[in-house]
Amino acid sequence: MSVFYERFTRHAAGQGVKGHSTHYCPGCGHGLVHKFLADAIADLRIQDRTVAISPVGCAVFLYYYLDIGHVQAAHGRAPAVALAQKLAHPESIVVTYQGDGDLASIGLAEILQAAQLGVPISVIFVNNAVYGMTGGQMAPTTLMGQKTATSPFGRGPLMGQPLRVAELIAGLDGPVYVERVALYDSKQEIKAHKAVRRALQLQVENRGFSFVEVLAECPLHLGLTPQEAQTWVRDHMVPVFPLGVKKDATATKPAWPAWPPPRFEPETVYRLIGGTTDRAARYAPAPAGGALDDVGIKLAGAGGDGAQTAALMLARTAINEGCDATHIPSYGPESRGGTSYADVRIARDEVLSPAVPSPHILVAFNAPSLARFGPAVLDGGTIVYDSSVTTDVPTLGAGVRAFAVPAAAIANGLGRLTVKNVVALGALAAVTSLFPKESYLAAIRQALAGKPDLLAMNEQAFAAGAGAATAVV
Amino acid sequence: MTFALERARPVLIADYCKGCGRCIDACAHHCILPGTAVNPTTGLIPVRFDLEHCTSCGLCFEACPEPYGLRPFVAGEPPPPDPGMAPPVAPAVAAVPDVSRPLPRSEPLVIKGMYASAIGALLAGCRHFYGYPITPSTEGAELMGKLLPPLDGVFLQAVSEVAAINMLYGAGAAGVPATTFTSSPGFSLMLEGLSYMIGAKVPGVVVNVMRGGPGLGNIAPEQADIKLACRGLGHGHTHAIVLAPATPQEMLDLTREAFALSFRYRNPVIVLADGYLAQMTGKVVLPDTIVQPGVPGWAVTGDAAHRANLICSIFLSEKELEEENRRLLAKYEAIGAAESRADLFRCDDADVLVVACNTPARTAKGAVQTLRARGIRAGLFRPITLWPFPIAQLAAPLGAARQLVIVEASPGQLEDELRLAASHAGLRLPPVSRVNRLGGVLPSHDEVVEHVRSLDAVSRGAVP
Repeated sequence: MSVFYERFTRHAAGQGVKGHSTHYCPGCGHGLVHKFLADAIADLRIQDRTVAISPVGCAVFLYYYLDIGHVQAAHGRAPAVALAQKLAHPESIVVTYQGDGDLASIGLAEILQAAQLGVPISVIFVNNAVYGMTGGQMAPTTLMGQKTATSPFGRGPLMGQPLRVAELIAGLDGPVYVERVALYDSKQEIKAHKAVRRALQLQVENRGFSFVEVLAECPLHLGLTPQEAQTWVRDHMVPVFPLGVKKDATATKPAWPAWPPPRFEPETVYRLIGGTTDRAARYAPAPAGGALDDVGIKLAGAGGDGAQTAALMLARTAINEGCDATHIPSYGPESRGGTSYADVRIARDEVLSPAVPSPHILVAFNAPSLARFGPAVLDGGTIVYDSSVTTDVPTLGAGVRAFAVPAAAIANGLGRLTVKNVVALGALAAVTSLFPKESYLAAIRQALAGKPDLLAMNEQAFAAGAGAATAVV
Repeated sequence: MTFALERARPVLIADYCKGCGRCIDACAHHCILPGTAVNPTTGLIPVRFDLEHCTSCGLCFEACPEPYGLRPFVAGEPPPPDPGMAPPVAPAVAAVPDVSRPLPRSEPLVIKGMYASAIGALLAGCRHFYGYPITPSTEGAELMGKLLPPLDGVFLQAVSEVAAINMLYGAGAAGVPATTFTSSPGFSLMLEGLSYMIGAKVPGVVVNVMRGGPGLGNIAPEQADIKLACRGLGHGHTHAIVLAPATPQEMLDLTREAFALSFRYRNPVIVLADGYLAQMTGKVVLPDTIVQPGVPGWAVTGDAAHRANLICSIFLSEKELEEENRRLLAKYEAIGAAESRADLFRCDDADVLVVACNTPARTAKGAVQTLRARGIRAGLFRPITLWPFPIAQLAAPLGAARQLVIVEASPGQLEDELRLAASHAGLRLPPVSRVNRLGGVLPSHDEVVEHVRSLDAVSRGAVP
C-alpha cells in the first residue's frame, strides 16, 4: 500500500497528467526523497501518525503527494512549527522537509534551536546548492565560484562560503543522529533511502532529533542535463559536503521519557493559581477610612529597598478592607541599585487613575527620591522618609507634613537590613489614618505565608517603625 | 535492513516519465535506453524499454523519482491509474467539543495584570505556551514557566518572537489552545506569522503589551500598536479580533475569552494591553468554570481520523485565492456583526462623549465623574473590541453628543479606528478634539478635565 495519494487531487485538481505526476523538473532529486519518505512511512506503519511540515521552496507542495497530515509553514519556520506539532501530539511522527534556502538561510535560528533541544522530530534537508523555486539564486550552500542568478560572476569572497549544515547540526548536543547522503548513483540512493528510514524510526522509538542532509540535483538551474547534474554533485558538491554519518548517539543518548497528557483537573489548577477560601479579617470600620475616596501613595527608592514589596502589602491591606487598590511598579533599567518607584492607588469603590504623579502620601527610601517627589506631594499630604540616609529635606508644600524614621538603622539593628521597608510601613501606618495597624499586620502575614520564620522580625520592624516616626518641623 | 524492491518487470507510463534517465543508470542489464520521441502530452522525451534481459531486479523502480513513472507488470492486475479516476473524498471529521467544569469558589486574588492574563489562559484550557521574554510582558511568561510543568503542559522559550509565533501556528494547526505574551517590538516580529495564521485559519492567542516606541523606545505604557493590531497584521488583507482590557480583572476575563473566540472563528485573537495593565496589581475574581479543550475536526493531529487534513495558506489560482479572500471577508463581517463590544458609562445624555480604551479609559472615567460633578454632561465610550470597532454601539450616543474627545496614549491611532468605522457606517461626527500623551506617559485625570472645560462649546455655555 503506497503512502502516495492514488491521485494528486491537490495538484491542479488532479486533472490530466498532474493527477499522477509531480511538479518537479526532469532530473530533480526531490521526487526520489519523497519516495524514500513514503517508503519509510509505509515500512514503519506510521501513515496515520505522520505529519509533514512543508517548507517554502520547491518542496512546498509536499502535501500534493503524500497521504498523511500536512501543515505548510512560512519560509524557514518549519522546525518551530514541527516542535509545537510534536509537543501538541507526542504520539505523532513529525517530519520537516526543507531546502537549503529555507533551512540554512532564513531558518537557521529555528533549526538550531530545534536541533539543540533534541525533541524527537525528523528533519529532511535537501541541499541542491541553489534556490530552485525562486529561479536559481545563490543559496547558503552554493559552492565557491558557482554562478547563480545572484552570483553572476561566481560566488566570491563577499558572498560567504558554503555552509556545511550537517556538520553544524552534528556539533550540537541535542541530535541523536545526523547523516549526509546523496542521490547521484544507485548505491547512494540506497544509502539515502536507509538514512531517511532511520531518521523516522528513531522518532518512532522516541530517541530524539534526527537530521538527514540529502545532496540533490537541480539540473535546470545548474544548466546541465540530469546525468551531468548527477556527475556534478559527485565531483563538485561531495568534496565540499562530505558524505557519511556525522553523529550517531543512539548508543549513549537515552530515549526521551514518555509524554504525559496535560492535566485539567479543576482542583489542581485552583491550587496552582492560588485559589483560596481564606478570607482576610477586616479591622477597619466599614466603609473603611474617612478620606479613602481616592488616595495616591508613592513609594520611592533604589532597587533592593523593598518599595515594591511594601507597596504590594499596602495594596493588599486596602483590598482586605474592602477597598479597590492598584499597585504599579516603575523600575530603572538596572536589576539592582537603579531607581524603583511604586504607585499605589486606593479608592473606596473603584480605582480610576492608577498612576500617582502627585501623591497624597510619599514614602522615600533615599535622598534623591525625597528630592524628586517631595515637592510633588499634594497639599495636606504626608511624607515618610528614611532619616538614616537622608539629611537634607527639600522645601515642601505649606500643608505637607513630613516624618523622619531611621528605617535602615532600625532594620540593621534588628539584624536584617531588608526589613527597612516594613519599618517604613509601620511609620506610615502610625502617621496616617488609612487603616488600623492590625490591617497592615494581616497583610504582612499574608505576604510572608511561605516564609513563617521571617514573620516575627517583620512584626518587630513594623512596631519599631510605628514608634519611631518623628514629625519634622 | 532490507528494502522490498518490486519483484516484477516494469511497465513505463510514458505520460509520467520525464526522461531523467536515473533508471537507465540503475539497470545493470541495459534494458532501458534514452528516449528519442517527444511525448505529445508532456513535451518531454520518455525513456524506452528493451526488456529482453530484464531480471525483475526492481532497481529501476527504486531509481525512478516519479511515484507513478514505472509500474510493476503483473498479469491480470488492473492497468495503471486512470487519469480520469474520481478523486477520493476525505470524510469530514467530527469535532470533540470542549468540556466546561466547575472551578471551586475562591476569594479574589490580588495579582499583576500579566499573571491574570496567564491564569485566564490556563482556565481556558491552554497548556501550550511559546514565548520570548520582553519587558513589560515577561512576568506572564515567568508564571507560565512555573505553572505549566506541574500541569504536564508545554512551556517553551523560543529562540525569538519569530519562532514563538510559528510555534503558536504549529500548536494551533494541531488544534490545541496556545498562547504567547509579548510587547511592542516583539509584536512587530510576529506579524508575518500572524498573517500565516490568518491565511491558514489557525487559532491562537497573542497578548501584546504596548510599550513606548518606535524602535526600542522605552518600557512605559503607550497605545501606539493599535494601528498594527487593527490594520497591520502582516501582509495580505488580515484582521483579528482585538480585545482591549482596562483592568487586571479584564486581563483575565478577556484572555480567557480570547481562546473561545479564536477557535470559534479559526483566527488568531489579539489581547492588546498597555504597560501599566501588565504590571499593575489589583483585585481579580476567578470565574466559576474551567475548560478542558476538545479537538477540532479540521486539526492536524497525527491520527487516522485527521489524516486527510491540511493546514495551508496557498491558493495558486487567482480565482481560488479571490474566493478564499471573499470567504475571509465574510468571516470578518460576521465577526463585526457578532463580536463588537463596548462599555458605555453615562453616555445616554452626554453632550461631551469621551472615548478611551485600556488604562486611559479608567482615568477618563474618573474625569467624566468629575465633569458630571461640575455640571458638565460628559460620558465615556470605551471600546472593548478595537477591531471590530463597536460602531453600532457608538451610533446612538454619537447622535446626541456635541463634542467628541478622544483620550489616548498615541498620536491618534484610536481616533483613526473610530473615524474609519464612522465613515464606513455613514455616521457624521461632531467636532473632535483630543488629549494625547506620548512616550510612556498616560493622559491624566486633570488633563482630561481641563481639556473638556477649555472646549469652546463648554466655555461658551453651549454645553451646560
